[in-house]
Amino acid sequence: MDDVFKALADASRRSLLDRLHARNGQTLNELCEGLAMTRQAVTKHLAILETANLVTTFRHGREKLHYLNPVPIHQIGERWIKKFERGKLTALSELKRQLEKRDE
Amino acid sequence: MSKPEFVYVTYIETTPEKLWHALTDGDFTERYWFGHRIASDWKVGSPYRFTHPSRPSPMGKVLISDAPKKLAYTWEACAEELKLERTSRVTFDIEPRGKVVKLTVTHDNLDERGKTLRGISEGWPMVLASLKSFLETGRALPAEIKSDAA
Repeated sequence: MDDVFKALADASRRSLLDRLHARNGQTLNELCEGLAMTRQAVTKHLAILETANLVTTFRHGREKLHYLNPVPIHQIGERWIKKFERGKLTALSELKRQLEKRDE
Repeated sequence: MSKPEFVYVTYIETTPEKLWHALTDGDFTERYWFGHRIASDWKVGSPYRFTHPSRPSPMGKVLISDAPKKLAYTWEACAEELKLERTSRVTFDIEPRGKVVKLTVTHDNLDERGKTLRGISEGWPMVLASLKSFLETGRALPAEIKSDAA
């Protein structure tokens, strides 16, 4: 679990997870596109995310695809969130999301 | 093979045989898969189906059954409104890694705009976290809100 927290304690790595959340199964090239990070930096961050099991890779032909693996995050949530809290927390998250929503 | 839509991995302190059993035995799935019982003879080409006392459950056909290493089945939409979507496929790869077992769940051939895709992105992490807890501690996770819990 330490690996998961360490991996998440970095904005660049969180943004890589965001990108995979928006579109799962990307190659390294796709993930690098439009990012203000060198390819080497992205590779390094992906390795840390993989060690923490937050990203899994899958060989598809000649391509190596990266997938968001939310299972460890779910386990962290389950550790501290009680059954009866779930509904209230979902409602609170939704409220925050609605209130903070900006016109795009 | 199409590019999979989801690849989930979890490491579980168990044996491949126990994990296989947990995936294929209704008495076990009922306990960690939030009440859904699975049943099949697990021969390639045979049907399998989940049953639940009050919810629609998925069903399909066994594609690969190589105990205790690899299991694959088709995933046919359970709820009425999903019936029109393409039949997708779920593959479980079980690999021993020292004291733990690596379980990879791959879900592919999903309808990109379908509701199954969205349901699955929430469903699998929940089921896998519960499966891990069940095999390691004997207790599943209370991941679904039951009517008596509110």
